[in-house]
Amino acid sequence: MSFGPNPWQQKSWDWRAAGNFIGGGAGCGLLSITAVSGVQGGLRQAAIVLALALVSLGLLGVWAEIGRPWRAINVMFNPRTSWMSREAALAPLLMAVSGLWLFGQSWAVLVCGPLAALLALAFLYSQARILQASKGIPAWREPLTVPLLVATGLAEGAGLFCLLAPWWGGASPMLWAAFAGLLALRFMIGVSWYARLSRQLGPRPLQAVNRAGHAFNAGSLLPLAILLGLLMLPLPPGWALALQLLAGALAVLGGGAFKFMLITRAGFNQGFALTHLPVRGVRPSSAPSRSP
Amino acid sequence: MTRYVMVADLRRCVGCQTCTAACKHANATPPGVQWRRVIDMEFGEYPDVKRAFVPVGCQHCDEPPCLAVCPTTATKKRPDGIVTIDYDLCIGCAYCSVACPYQARYKTERATFAYGRPTESESKRHDEARLAVATKCTFCVERIDAGLEQGLTPGVDPAATPACVNSCIAQALAFGDADDPDSNVSQLLAHNQHFRMHEELGTGPGFHYLWDAEAS
Repeated sequence: MSFGPNPWQQKSWDWRAAGNFIGGGAGCGLLSITAVSGVQGGLRQAAIVLALALVSLGLLGVWAEIGRPWRAINVMFNPRTSWMSREAALAPLLMAVSGLWLFGQSWAVLVCGPLAALLALAFLYSQARILQASKGIPAWREPLTVPLLVATGLAEGAGLFCLLAPWWGGASPMLWAAFAGLLALRFMIGVSWYARLSRQLGPRPLQAVNRAGHAFNAGSLLPLAILLGLLMLPLPPGWALALQLLAGALAVLGGGAFKFMLITRAGFNQGFALTHLPVRGVRPSSAPSRSP
Repeated sequence: MTRYVMVADLRRCVGCQTCTAACKHANATPPGVQWRRVIDMEFGEYPDVKRAFVPVGCQHCDEPPCLAVCPTTATKKRPDGIVTIDYDLCIGCAYCSVACPYQARYKTERATFAYGRPTESESKRHDEARLAVATKCTFCVERIDAGLEQGLTPGVDPAATPACVNSCIAQALAFGDADDPDSNVSQLLAHNQHFRMHEELGTGPGFHYLWDAEAS
């Protein structure tokens, strides 16, 4: 049994920190999907530029949040145990390799594409571990937060790719299938994550997670339904394209909104708790010892 | 080895907040920052209501979550168990704040004073190095180190003991070496039932709460 005041929303990280998880997650997802798809030309270049812009914006958000921005380089001092240091160390590598992939010659494109994808996945994984290592926040420290954030980032990346692809001649059916698969995976992990949280959290923190869940569901189930609907119900090309774009946009916006809510609205601590209440006064010797 | 810990007797604490005031005086913390807090908790429903006053702050854990996540190595743990922050290394990312299950860490973005403009005392003791970085209870580590240099015993000699413990009007707070079986804190722990907060998280807090006499 435990006693104590109610948990409250953490105030240490605001929208700027959330921006890192939103931009970094979607950007790294886009880089990974672009490398896996093997596309070339304008689509590849546009995807790399957009992905790096998103990752950079996210890092800029964190830089704007920290109290001593001019000594930000210190963030790299503890890669031994800190996932934030590891994320920071990966960032310049990711930028450099992706830059080579963008501007390099044919051999560089061959080598740097897969390498950029690996670095992007490592960056995404580091971000997820950053959140999960936050022991003070029960909704974040849940182990399933890691696969949930990785799947969310990949689904957002696939959504962004599907938003870009039509402008350069469309995307392959395989890509749409992969997009749908990622959405389904994200949803299934999210359901398990929520089921575990609902057994641990009190009413108020769970209510906040429920609110974040609306964005999550809208960003997972709606685009998934659209994609499955298009598969079963052939529509005129114009309509199909519009719906595909809508699915991509929903996946990106839903994922971003979920992360924003998770950090700025559903980041409840666990408050203070007593496992025993103090026993005051003189207890009659015949009375049993009290254990609340 | 030495392992400094704090012991709070929940049966004795009356919630007078003298420890909070003493901490603020000793460490010159700005308004809103309380390295030593006393939480006033109420339990139950009328008419069966109970109340407890619970001193909280940095628990100087065996496995501090703040230490592992700190990206700058500003947070360190001494061999005697005291967790410290190097203000010159800290970048104020607040990762330690969300990692701490005890809400013990503070970050003050800009200088604030009790009455708007700094008083004479606040002017003298204001420390720019503590702005925009993480701060928390240090167990008054400077007092401990200075006392040890003079051959004093922390927890026994007031000049080597944290200010909150010295000030406690009810002797609810005690400080000392838990690795010394004869120390005051070891004796208190041996003869009373006690618990540590959020122990299930595996942090190994160095803050023990007494709640009843030892079971006979």
